[in-house]
Parts: sequence; structure tokens; C-alpha cells
Amino acid sequence: MTELLDLADSVVARAKEGELVEAFLTRSRTTEVKAYNGDVESLNSAASAGIAVRVIVDGRQGFAYTGALDDPALHETLEEARDNARFAGVDEFNTIASPDGVAPPDLVVDTGKLAGTPVDRKVELALQLERAARAGSPHIRGVDTAMYGDEVSVSAVATNTGVRAETESGVCYLAASVMAGEGAETQTAFWYGVGRHLDELDLDEVARKAVDRAVRMLGAKQPASRRLTVVLEPLMTAQVLSLIGSTLTGEAVLKGYSPFGERVGESIGASNVTLVEDPTDPDAFGASCYDDEGLASRRVPLVDGGVLRGFMHNSYTGRRSGEGSTGSAARAGLAGSVGVGPRAMALTPGTLTPEELYASVGDGLLVQNLKGLHSGVNPISGDFSAGAEGMLIRDGALAEPVREITIASTLQRMLQDVRAIGADVHRLPMSAAGVTLAVGDVTMSGR
Amino acid sequence: MIEHDVIKRTLQAALRTGGDFAEVFAEDRRGSSARLDDGRLQSFNSGRDKGAGIRVVSGETTGYAHTADLSEEGLRAAAEAAAGAARGGGGGTRTVDLNRVQGPDVNHVGVLPETVEKDKKAELLLRADVAARSEGDAIKQVIAVYADNRRRILVANSDGVLAEDDQVRTRFMVQAVAGADTGMQTGYESTGFTMGFELFDQLDVEEFARTAARRALTKLRARPAPSGALPVVINRGGGGVMFHEACGHGLEADAIMKEASVYAGRVGELVASPLVTLVDDGTMGPEWGSFSVDDEGKPAGRNVLIQDGVLTDYMWDNLRARKADRPSSGNGRRESYRHTPMVRMTNTFLVNGTEDPDEIVRQTPYGVYVASLGGGQVDTATGDFVFGMTEAYLIEDGQITDPLRDANLIGNGPESLRNIDAVGNDFAFGPPGMCGKDGQSVPVGDGNPTLRVASLTVGGTAA
Repeated sequence: MTELLDLADSVVARAKEGELVEAFLTRSRTTEVKAYNGDVESLNSAASAGIAVRVIVDGRQGFAYTGALDDPALHETLEEARDNARFAGVDEFNTIASPDGVAPPDLVVDTGKLAGTPVDRKVELALQLERAARAGSPHIRGVDTAMYGDEVSVSAVATNTGVRAETESGVCYLAASVMAGEGAETQTAFWYGVGRHLDELDLDEVARKAVDRAVRMLGAKQPASRRLTVVLEPLMTAQVLSLIGSTLTGEAVLKGYSPFGERVGESIGASNVTLVEDPTDPDAFGASCYDDEGLASRRVPLVDGGVLRGFMHNSYTGRRSGEGSTGSAARAGLAGSVGVGPRAMALTPGTLTPEELYASVGDGLLVQNLKGLHSGVNPISGDFSAGAEGMLIRDGALAEPVREITIASTLQRMLQDVRAIGADVHRLPMSAAGVTLAVGDVTMSGR
Repeated sequence: MIEHDVIKRTLQAALRTGGDFAEVFAEDRRGSSARLDDGRLQSFNSGRDKGAGIRVVSGETTGYAHTADLSEEGLRAAAEAAAGAARGGGGGTRTVDLNRVQGPDVNHVGVLPETVEKDKKAELLLRADVAARSEGDAIKQVIAVYADNRRRILVANSDGVLAEDDQVRTRFMVQAVAGADTGMQTGYESTGFTMGFELFDQLDVEEFARTAARRALTKLRARPAPSGALPVVINRGGGGVMFHEACGHGLEADAIMKEASVYAGRVGELVASPLVTLVDDGTMGPEWGSFSVDDEGKPAGRNVLIQDGVLTDYMWDNLRARKADRPSSGNGRRESYRHTPMVRMTNTFLVNGTEDPDEIVRQTPYGVYVASLGGGQVDTATGDFVFGMTEAYLIEDGQITDPLRDANLIGNGPESLRNIDAVGNDFAFGPPGMCGKDGQSVPVGDGNPTLRVASLTVGGTAA
């Protein structure tokens, strides 16, 4: 067994009679290279490690974390979590995970190739990306971000109920944000590429798409307000699915925060909407053998042909609902408590290419950027309002660019109003995969 | 936190390969938080994070490395990694004399939160829960969060700067969820200051929680927000985030130097209505975005960004200021020792005007009254920004009428600033904010008197 799991064991071994103890340890190494004007702008190379401990005594739960893994840190974190537990409220369902007999998926995560890549190659990629983006069009005024980044991490969970799990992950990416100009006007766009190692990154595509998408926005105007069908590009769809995913967790449902809480077995979406959380899918960047409580990942059907099938659970919500954990425990870093969340949702794709999908829509709006999803979407009421920019769709093809608009509906309506799903699945290091998605009857606000 | 001789030797190691500038930033942060949800104090959490980041600048390149090991060996290893990343050309030994920098005295902490019994913190949350639920059966859930944070920093650099700061922040938030046949709605109230537990000597926790509950209850009868361009009146203390997005980010020197801002090259020009005077001021203890020295050891400053509509200056950090051969404005901040500093705002606010706020509403035949804004986002290169309204009403015939459901507003920075046609005389600071930029989050304050923008696009669904 590895050093990290050994350390987790050593913490758990100090549990006292009547205590449930969980130790979650991580170690990660990140590299970030930014290029600007033909030079390396910054090179940031960092290793981090830390521990989060949860202690439950008599139904009371305490957490503590420390950004270090030396022996005093491990010891003090346990003591602190133990002390914190005394002040929390009693909840009979508070629990940590126990082995439930589900075998982890057979995923081979090899981070060795990424971890072993020399930094010079990463620097060269960032410099090449910046050059390619600057040279992409005579309209390019500047490349405000051209970067390479990667993260290789290991996490380990151990509990005194017998859970012992270790998860490895590695991902690298390229991202470019460019400014295109014409006279006094400037337009911007962003594109990215993601892979498990550098050979999977398509640098030319990242540069070309960032450039093309900025240039095609030149001349964008604010259109008049109206209702229409919006087509979300894959990255936008993934962001909206993440919001929907947050309403389909046991946590939201049990506390009464989900607009879909009472609706299992009912139709909550159009008949072409099938949504699955599947971290066992080896193609998903969020795939992992275990969740953040150390239980095996499993496939969780959420919506099937528009009908709500169920919710995601961690050990607490699984116990309180009587449905059991679905291996969907999620932590927001070391400092966060243990919540519930998706890491590999995907909509079942349709059969249309993006162009065929635009043709099927006829008249609408292609959204290439959304702003303010954190400020304009309320996952409890379901109200959805976001800043947008993109291209109008007229006579089934892309027409002129538009900006300074919002699109608005509700999460509930949007699921019912799904008109078409593309065949183009984009794997992203987010909680959902992207796919081109057409949603009808959305209000576009402009002039 | 670290002995001066060790700092000097670490800076020497960082410059050994010939960098132009080196810096040691050490941080010791601890905090505690407690969250009440679903009628129970769900858990108590506390944490500690300590380490140092070493920055080396060589020509146009910045190298950065960090370590949780504050021993001399740990610091030297990080210094060598940062120097290697920056790839300076020359070599040799440079010695550094350190001179202590004193910032304004903004941190007046009465009661250090770490000295307060945990059950006192727990009790605040339980009181908030009871008070919010007392507003009626339609209050279905209450979330209340207490959080405190103490951050001790030390900065030293090869220019001889040595500075330390001890920053304590305490915050409290209540969210009520109301439910009825119209669905679920939420109401918030939040407060936070650069101070200790004495925050609660001046806070009526019960009234605070009931305010959040009443907001949620009011929204149960909210109509969908309008769709399209309308006059928008923003309440005192409720709209600083608009200035944060509409121009604040665009006045940060990192965006300016990449010409990724609509305000680049426009100092001395009229960029806003003459009613607009905008200030960023990190010295205003105990406001949420205040500190004594920034995360590069520069004392906090008061910087007038726009005076009577004319752009006067940008905000600067050390790196950008060196390139422009001018002093930093004390706006170099970072989330933690794991991050490189960037140009960031502190407390950014619109200065008082002269008009009677009630009169501004009365003079608005039809529009939207925004009592409270949520977060926002901006593209500095185009100036297009959004911000969310979490409490808003319709204005009809100069009267505030029906509540509106949540929606975003969208506008263009320079256009919106020119379109400000009324500024009230009732300035107030707003609730504490957390500003995200390039993956780093820092506490920022904002404030404004009541004001009106002649036209903003309201992103609702109603015709």
C-alpha cells in the first residue's frame, strides 16, 4: 500500500471507543505556464498536500483540515475535529461510509506519462499556442491568455469502519483567450483542449477555434428582445447540466431545496432527455474508482426518456432517505464538508451534427458564451437568467453575431423544452460532458 | 514567522541565477466555520494552512514556487525552483538589506475569534434559525453560516521591503427558503468586516435573520422580471458590484497593459457621467476589503479612479508598476501563499451625490428598483458585464410596486457609466463580497448611494 493510505490508516487507528473517524488525504502537483508576446509570462510549479478529518460522536459531526502532512499536523487535525464535534447538533443519520460490497470499476488511470513529462515541453506548448493564436488571423489584436496547465493528484480515504480507497487522476489542458479587432471594436473568445497526457492535446485546433470564434463575433450588435430556440454549444451545455445536477442530489432533495424533489417517476423533461451520472465510464475525465468517501463508483440513472428515475446520494443522504449511497460523495477541496455531487454526468447524444441541428432549428440563437451563471440562476426556485453572446440562426444556418443579451427561462422549463440533442459529445474536466443542445421557448432580452 | 537572516539568505538563493527581483511571501492562516442547515448545526469545521511562496522575476518572466515547509531548507528549495522557472541569464551574489514598511493602522481587532468558545459561535446560528422561522410557516428552511479567518503574512523582497500584517475577518450569513403554491424562493442577508468577534456586539442577530426571512416571503408573490432595456434604480449599498464589474476590473493594470480593457489609454478622458466619482480604498478599516499592507508589502492606499466622470488612474501591483516605472497603488493581492499576486480591488465605491433618493424613484415613471445585487462577471476587453439581482421590484408611476423573481442584468461598462443620470446622497457600504479572478478568490468591499442608470438590459422573461 502507498504512503498516503498508510498515513490515513495511522490517523484512523487513533479513533477512540464510540467514535467514527474518516481521514481524507491528498497530494497534488500542478504546473501552469503562461505565454505572452513570445515570452514565458509565468511558470508556476507547485506541490500541495493536506488532510481533512471527520469525527462523529453520538450523532455529532466535526471537521478539521490542515494544509500539511507532517506527523503533528495529522495528530492535531484529528484532535481538532474531535473537539469540533462536541459543538455540532445531533443528527441520528450522521455517518461515514462503510464497505457496501460494490466492487470498484476496472479503470486504468496511468498518470505516469503526464507526471514524467519535462517542464520544457510544457513551456514550448504554451509558447507555440501563443504564436499560433497570434498568427491565426490579421484581425487578432492580442492573445491575453495562452496557457498550458496540468494537475496530477492522488487522494486516499480510510475509515475505522473498514473503508480503504485510493484514487489517482491526471489531466492537462491548453487554453487560449484572444481579442479580435476591427476599428474601435474588440471581440473576444476562448477555446481549450483537454487530455490525460500531452499527446492528446490538439494545439492547432485550440488556436484555430479561439481565433475563429473571436473573429466571427466582429460586428456583433444587440438584437431586439424576443422568444426563440437557443442552441447551446457543448461547453455551455455542460455548465447548465452542472446546475441541473446540483438539484438532483439527495442533499437538495432531503432539505427541500430541489424543484424536482417530489417527482420521481414523473416526466420532468422532453422524451429525448436521458441523463446518467456515470463515473465508471473510462472516457469521462471525472471517472474514478471511488467517490470522496471511498465507496466504489457506480452508474446512477437520473432521467430516462424524460422521466425522473432517482437522485445521487452520499452515505448520509443514502442513509436518511433509505436509498443507500450511490457513490456520489463530493468534497469541495480539503476545507469543504462532504456533500453530494456528480463527477461524470452525460446526456445520451442524438444523431445530428451541429450543422444539421442548426438546420433543424431554422430560426434561433447559437450561444457560444454564458456569463453570470453564478449570479443569475437560482437552483432552488429554478429561475434561469444568464448573459450571453453568440450567432443568430436564420434559415437553418449561422447568421450575424449578437452580444449584450441575456437568455432566460427556468431549469424546469428548459428540461421540458429540449428540442434536439447533438451527436457531438465533448469530454470535459467538469461534472458533465458537453453536447450541442437545442432548447425552445427561451426569452432573449436585448434592446 | 521567519528569521530575518533566513529571509535574506532565501532572497539571495532566489537571485543566484540572475533574476531582477525576488520576493518571499509567508502566510499562516487559520479559521473556523459553522453551518446550520435543516434545523441543525450540521458541523463545526476548522482549518490551518501555513507556507511560503517565492517569486523570481527575470525580464518578462515570473517564476513561482511554494512550500509548506518554512524551514531554511524548505525555503531554499522553493527559491531554487522559482529561480529555475524564471531562468535568469546572469549570476552572482546579491545582498539585500531589509527595511520594515509600516502600513496604515486598519486592523483594530477587539476579540480574536480563536479565543471565543465554540458554543458561542454555535449559539448565534441557533438564534438565527429560531428568529427566521418565527416569520411564518411559509419559511421552510434556514441556512446560517458563521465564519472567521485570521491571516498573518510576512512579505520581503529584493528591493529591501519587509512588511507584516495580521488580518482578521469575521462574517455571518443567513439564507431563508420560503415555499408556497408559487414555488420556492430564497432571501439572503449577509455581513462581514475586518474585525473580530465584536462584530456581534453591534449585530442584532434576530432582526438580521428575520430580514432574510421577510425577503424570501416577499418573493413568493414575485412576478417574472421584465425583458429588455429599462431604467434601473439601485438601492444604497446594494449596487457596488455594478461598479466592480462595469469598470473596476477594467481599471486593473494587468488588463490595461495587455490592452485587454476598454479603458486602456483613456486616462484624462471623460469615461463616465460627471456624476460619477469612483474610489478604491484599502485603508478603510474595518470594511471587508481593508488591510494594512497588501500581499506584496505595499501599504494600503486610497486611490481615486474616476473623478467627476474623468478617468484619473488605474490600480497597480508591483509587477505592473515596475514595468510602467511608477509606484504600486497597494492593489497587489493573492488568495494564499500558493498563488502569485495580481492587481485586485479592495473597497471600491461610488462617492455620494446630492439627490434625494426618494425623489430619484419618484422621477422614474417605469423601471426596475434593485434593492440587492448578487454576484457579477465582466469581459474587460469588450466591457460587457452582467450582475444578478437577488431582491428587486418594479417601479410604476414613480412608486415601488411588485417584487420580481431573480434575473441577471447586462450592460456595457462605458455605456452604463455614461448612462448614470442620478446619484443620491445616502451612501452605504454593501455586504461583504468575494471576488474571483483567474481562479483566485479575495475579499472585496463595495458601496454606493442610490443611483439610476437610464438604461440597462433586464434579463427576465416577462414582456
